Amino acid sequence: MSETTETTETNDLIRLTALQMAERLRVGEITSVELTQAHLDRIAAVDGGERGVHAFLHVNADEALAVAAEVDAIRAAGGAEAEALHPLAGVPVAVKDNIVTIGQPTTAGSRMLEGWMSPYDATVVTKLRQARLPILGKTNLDEFAMGGSTEHSAFGNTRNPWDLDRIPGGSGGGSAAAVASFMAPLALGSDTGGSIRQPGAVTGTVGAKPTYGGVSRYGVIAMASSLDQIGPVARTVQDAAALQELLGGHDAKDSTSLTEPLEGLLTAARQHDVTGLRIGIVSELKGEGYQEGVLERFREAVTVLQDAGAEVIEVSCPHLKYALGAYYLIMPSEASSNLAKFDGVRYGNRVVPEEGGTIEQVMGATRAAGFGEEVKRRIILGTYALSAGYYDAYYGSAQKIRTLVQRDFDEAFSKVDVLISPTSPTTAFGLGEKIDDPLAMYLNDVATIPANLAGIPGISVPGGLAEGLPVGVQFLAPARGDAVMYRAAAALESRLEQAWGAQLWAQAPELDDTRSTQPVGVGTADRTAGGENR
Amino acid sequence: MTAVTDEVLTFDEAMAGFDPVLGFEVHVELNTRTKMFSSAANAFGDVPNTNVTEVDLGLPGVLPVVNGKAVEYAIKLGLALNCQIAETCGFARKNYFYPDTPKNFQTSQYDDPIAHDGWLDVELEDGTVFRVEIERAHMEEDAGKLTHVGGASGRIQDAAHSLVDYNRAGVPLIEIVTKPIAGVGERAPELARAYVTAVRDIVKNLGISDARMERGNVRCDANVSLMPKGTAAFGTRTETKNVNSTRAVAHAVTYEIQRQAAILKAGGSIVQETRHWHEDTRTTTSGRPKSDADDYRYFPEPDLVPIVTTPEWIEELRAQLPEPPAERRKRLKADWGFSDEEFRDVVNAGVLDEIADTIAAGATAAAARKWWMGEIARLANVEGKDIPELGVSPADVVEVEALIAEKTINDKIAKQVLGFVAAGEGSPRAIVEARSLAVVSDDGALTTAVQDAIAQNPGVVEKIRGGKLQAIGALIGPVMKATRGQADAGRVREIVMEQLGVTE
Repeated sequence: MSETTETTETNDLIRLTALQMAERLRVGEITSVELTQAHLDRIAAVDGGERGVHAFLHVNADEALAVAAEVDAIRAAGGAEAEALHPLAGVPVAVKDNIVTIGQPTTAGSRMLEGWMSPYDATVVTKLRQARLPILGKTNLDEFAMGGSTEHSAFGNTRNPWDLDRIPGGSGGGSAAAVASFMAPLALGSDTGGSIRQPGAVTGTVGAKPTYGGVSRYGVIAMASSLDQIGPVARTVQDAAALQELLGGHDAKDSTSLTEPLEGLLTAARQHDVTGLRIGIVSELKGEGYQEGVLERFREAVTVLQDAGAEVIEVSCPHLKYALGAYYLIMPSEASSNLAKFDGVRYGNRVVPEEGGTIEQVMGATRAAGFGEEVKRRIILGTYALSAGYYDAYYGSAQKIRTLVQRDFDEAFSKVDVLISPTSPTTAFGLGEKIDDPLAMYLNDVATIPANLAGIPGISVPGGLAEGLPVGVQFLAPARGDAVMYRAAAALESRLEQAWGAQLWAQAPELDDTRSTQPVGVGTADRTAGGENR
Repeated sequence: MTAVTDEVLTFDEAMAGFDPVLGFEVHVELNTRTKMFSSAANAFGDVPNTNVTEVDLGLPGVLPVVNGKAVEYAIKLGLALNCQIAETCGFARKNYFYPDTPKNFQTSQYDDPIAHDGWLDVELEDGTVFRVEIERAHMEEDAGKLTHVGGASGRIQDAAHSLVDYNRAGVPLIEIVTKPIAGVGERAPELARAYVTAVRDIVKNLGISDARMERGNVRCDANVSLMPKGTAAFGTRTETKNVNSTRAVAHAVTYEIQRQAAILKAGGSIVQETRHWHEDTRTTTSGRPKSDADDYRYFPEPDLVPIVTTPEWIEELRAQLPEPPAERRKRLKADWGFSDEEFRDVVNAGVLDEIADTIAAGATAAAARKWWMGEIARLANVEGKDIPELGVSPADVVEVEALIAEKTINDKIAKQVLGFVAAGEGSPRAIVEARSLAVVSDDGALTTAVQDAIAQNPGVVEKIRGGKLQAIGALIGPVMKATRGQADAGRVREIVMEQLGVTE
């Protein structure tokens, strides 16, 4: 086989957008097995080893290839079944590891669930299977999705493909890094306070949090039920819209899912036209604490949209300054209860104290050993906030703030169609930089959290680079306004790409092949030597 | 089991010094097809841990979905208890760690119950009606069933290991909470029994629960406190948990009154606590201390949306309500023409439904009462069973009546037949056939037996021929003996008169 050509072809193939891949599959130019294998090869090349991205906790090549082969067989056979294939059938996808899957482990990044196999599929996974998207594997995350850097994973951190010494954001750093480094064209994330959008921002990818209830939460290991929402991670706005359409819709197993599906997302993302669209700049989400380079890219984005015909005004959401505080009471309160089930009694790891012990002691030892520091911090915080005598002051007050934040947004959306802000106050920070400073870490979510409190949709799109690192621009829309959000995001994306002359990822550094052991053949010795130099 | 026996006063001594205040929390297990929040079957007695889905095991990622039927049942019960039905209500999480609770929180209604502020008129044995105020009726899910193996106390603390069956986890429950019940005095135990019986009858009548207390379908926690006579401030209460028969509720209340009275009379004070009921000794023992400050960290269940009850829906359900048991009793008593005493005996014997069904199937009210309150009640007493559990159905009674009417059997044989029915030998008609119990109506056989009797009793024959017709009885006896009681006495008399040529 001709290695050079194949590598080039593979490189080209994995750099296509998901919809381009889908189109090539449809016309028979490529097969899903080729496409899936190309991604598996990429994973093998750049994900492992000490300097690998480490986006995946688990890769299931056999299952992914089997699904790919099915899609190819159906296409080859033609007829009604081929016609009925989902447009994204055969396009591989990665799944965040807090979403349960039959046949692949689900750990939520926690020792507590190490080795646990779910006997059931999350509704979103069922949808992926029904649409026949090969699932490449499960991606890394902060333990139970608690964190903004993926450093709180019990199974090691993920690296940012733009700079391997920096964080990929969190909690969905694995999904974002996998998509940013072409290991997967699409991935699933979960967003409780920004866990899809902030990793999207710092890895130069697109991440969307749908309207609360737009996508079923059934089978997603809950952090904070009233805030959690599942959404797409992709490299383009259209790809994200296509994936959200696939994932969304009412689910009888999730009482909080919307009864009517959110429709027309892909159509909206293809529109690119913002003439007359009213865009609001949120005064409270662009000042103190934002990196200058981030603000520069943000201002450029606003100018680009104005030039494209959007009407931009500044709006104030005065209660957003309390949003972070309210979030860090509501989220841990719900989390403390949601995580109570992890006690070693029915599943997962069980730790029995050496001297044996009562049921309480076994539960205590299990939770002491099974949970990491950040998870414990939030459980303790939430338990305290819900305690008799403190409930009104903490949880109760936080719920009032939540209502005020929702009212602020209602008021803002009476004046504008979408809101715009930087996604994250900073670009990717260095690994280890904030690991011992939880407050600094929490502040990273200041611009993303309000959408979760209000249940409204939000998306992060690449806004360019600051000091060589990606900056994200966030759009927020009213509840059920996902389509207009995609429309605005796509308009910005297309105009910025015109200005750059290519997609942002064209500027991303090449990643080294990190395989320490190579098949016997040319170059093995060199690569091994390279490995020792790390 | 603890060997400590508490000091008690006699009930009369206790009542001389104190007025009891009662309160009840009755848990009713609904007989919905599926569980409160999952699609798992709601069924009793199946192989452990077979009626479970990922939701019932609290696996990672699961979400609850409210069982609409359970909500409907809760509204019906609320209406039957004369409650207000909330326009909107929701669930909360009651957080506590215990291995019978898969999520380590119970999903329950907390500060917005679906039904509140109702009342129930309870009829005591002598017909006195006492109104019990209902504070609330709310929906919740049951916990799994723990079995503690090894250890002396049968509790989790010193068990060698414990087994858990999650079949019961998530079974829909309605908890009915009364307001404090004061002013009932010495009739407190009687009221306790009558209240729980009334609730059981209502849920059974509504068809929302199997209402079998021995299976835990209806479980009662009884709160008891005492006030010194002439005072009005409630005393410290105890809560005796899981008293699971109507009789036991009366006993538990009696015991707690006697125990608390002894403590108070001696100058002591009551500890606010839960207490365990012991059926064998008819006593309670201390459980865990309970304080109002138990911190369950309740907060609204974020995985569920509020339940909205429209007035149309409520009225639709109200229209479906069956006749309330108390009104039905009034109506039946009038229809049947029973005296107060006759009717009360029927109610207290628990055979109201059986008699109603027997009458509906064609028997007269008098006949139905005669059999159920007579031979069947006697058989049940001998067997030590409740009448409905004896295994005799209204259809059996109607069949027995039919057999008598067609002179296939007489009353005496009918009693035997009912005994065989209770023993499970089949239907009355089948038993009469199998055991050849039909009365002998074959004139040939009877004539032979009469002729034998005449030949063997010349003295009696002389008297009859001499006009003493009452002496015929002395001939019927031997004939009955010869036919093993299966002869129709009336027909025997006629044949005797024919044979001897006498007339009335």
